[in-house]
Amino acid sequence: MKIEDKKRVLREMVLHRRFEERCYQAYIERKIGGFLHLYPGQEACCNGVMEAARPGHDYVITGYRDHVHAIKCGADPKEVMAELYGKETGSSKGRGGSMHIFDAAHHFMGGYALVGGPFPLAAGIAKAIQLKGGDEIAICFLGDAANNQGVFHETLNMAALWKLPVLFVCENNLYGIGTSIERSTAVVHQHKRVAAYNIPADECDGQDIDIVYEHARKAVDHVRAGNGPFFLELMTYRYRGHSMSDSRGYRSREEEEVWKQRDPILMLRDRLITAGAMTMADYETIEKETDAYIENEVIKFAEESPEPRVEDLEKYVLADRESQQPWLTGKAA
Amino acid sequence: MAQIMLWEAIQRAHDEEMSRDPLVICMGEDIGVAGGTYKATKGLYEKYGPLRVMDTPISEGGFTGLAIGASFLGVRPIVEIMSVNFAWLAMDQMFNSAAKIRYMSGGQLAAPCVFRSAGGAAHQLGAQHSARMEKVFMGIAGLRVVTPSNPKQAYGLLKSAIRCDDPVFINEHELMYNMKGEVPDGEYFHPLEGSEVARAGTDVTLFGYNISVHWCLKAAEILDKQYGISAEVVDLYSLSPLDRAGIKASVSKTHRVVIAEEDEAPVGVGSEVIAIINEECFFELDAAPVRVHSALVPQPYNHTLEKAAIPDHEDVVKAVLKLFGKA
Repeated sequence: MKIEDKKRVLREMVLHRRFEERCYQAYIERKIGGFLHLYPGQEACCNGVMEAARPGHDYVITGYRDHVHAIKCGADPKEVMAELYGKETGSSKGRGGSMHIFDAAHHFMGGYALVGGPFPLAAGIAKAIQLKGGDEIAICFLGDAANNQGVFHETLNMAALWKLPVLFVCENNLYGIGTSIERSTAVVHQHKRVAAYNIPADECDGQDIDIVYEHARKAVDHVRAGNGPFFLELMTYRYRGHSMSDSRGYRSREEEEVWKQRDPILMLRDRLITAGAMTMADYETIEKETDAYIENEVIKFAEESPEPRVEDLEKYVLADRESQQPWLTGKAA
Repeated sequence: MAQIMLWEAIQRAHDEEMSRDPLVICMGEDIGVAGGTYKATKGLYEKYGPLRVMDTPISEGGFTGLAIGASFLGVRPIVEIMSVNFAWLAMDQMFNSAAKIRYMSGGQLAAPCVFRSAGGAAHQLGAQHSARMEKVFMGIAGLRVVTPSNPKQAYGLLKSAIRCDDPVFINEHELMYNMKGEVPDGEYFHPLEGSEVARAGTDVTLFGYNISVHWCLKAAEILDKQYGISAEVVDLYSLSPLDRAGIKASVSKTHRVVIAEEDEAPVGVGSEVIAIINEECFFELDAAPVRVHSALVPQPYNHTLEKAAIPDHEDVVKAVLKLFGKA
């Protein structure tokens, strides 16, 4: 990555971190309901991979920890926050919530709440790309625990069989909800599991964005060149619990501190400062500007936006009736 | 109008739609090189090739999800699930992804997929190959459910289902693929909503769908000839949504009701039809509606037990006679 790109990405990662921390606060204030799964600690994964890919062009799909992936693809943070507030201006018009952010215009194909559910959907998106002959790829970001679902294996098999242009990114944060990977999974290193399907795979540090970027570039290039699927495992850590109801009783504070010593944002910041590309004061300005933007624009937009109308409760269950008349009535022109 | 078999009608709908639109594809177990367990995709692999006629691994959840994902980008997949019993493995994707995607994305994405599956008891296929599961599908918001009773419907419903922007589940029957019937020579789209009067009558309405329409028609014949009872047969080819107006119209005419279904009674089509009658036209009834249905048992293998578990036209006749105080 060029130095200018790194500076831009640092600013984006600060936004991603502060956005999530602000969600935490809004949740405590009961402005946000439902379940809330936050991303702090894992920022280098999404950012490193998407810097190597083409955000807004390549199709991205993920699980329920989806705010940052949506924003990275091009979703407006204001609309993402409005979605969390359940507002009509939200990215899914208040019908989805935290776990179901969508931005089809930016090819962000959604967050899904069934662990592993996006695997075959990602392969299907890749199948559509293959049929249409485009140069996009499908990127499926999921956690390590999703790999214990049957569809993981079913999907890898089909993706390899049909040489589908799909990159599977496994953000291995070592816990599936509150169960550590050693206690749930016979093979801790997930990239080893895909060898059974003859899919090339790689593993790297998921905290250092430069490392993620270098590995992701090879992975993205492999898939875009028409060589079929690739599996990239990123070793990472989520600072908060699985969701807001999780008090992290299953792991030690010491373990958390060890991971925080390798914080993805601070590592990038320090590297840029050491290289003379920015000063600590510059970084503090970024933080301040980001917080001001979140407060004055993002939160303000979410707060002031209208709720969906109750009359529209059943809108979007099915396609608009008018447009479907020929097939509903059999009276095709 | 040509007389063709039901499997041929399904094959023709596939062929016409695939030749019209390169984004219509089909997938399922053994549907390509082998031509399909019920021949419904015969010849398509040779004509359209492996990219569009996909022999899938035996991974129902996986390939159903794959079809749904492709449909997000405008592909129109027709998924054959060889037996509806296997659909349990695909239901997570059908229900959690296809049926909910439009709603939870606030209208941004849609899953215009068609899921076809053979259900029903055939001949001694046992507990895990004889299920009727329409009751499960018809309770899901965002999913349309239709079920053909003849080749014309099988052809026209599939044509409409492929064109429709909603996900559609088509419930077929293992015993009906070789049934012959007239199908229009020209292109025909069957409505995805509504019901049709398969035989007009005045004294009692027999509601059926899929195979039970044929029990009802046979029963109506017997009731007319032997008992002088004029039965109207209403074919509920759309199970979701059910045709409230059609149900009301017939009940308001005959004032007596029998619902025949091969499924077990609890939480089924019969329960729903009775609920609709209660809501729409309760005071039109001259007698309490009666359900004819399967026994609540996993389907037995033994031939005699299997026959005892599944109703037929004689059970429909008996139910009507009881309704008229003649049995």
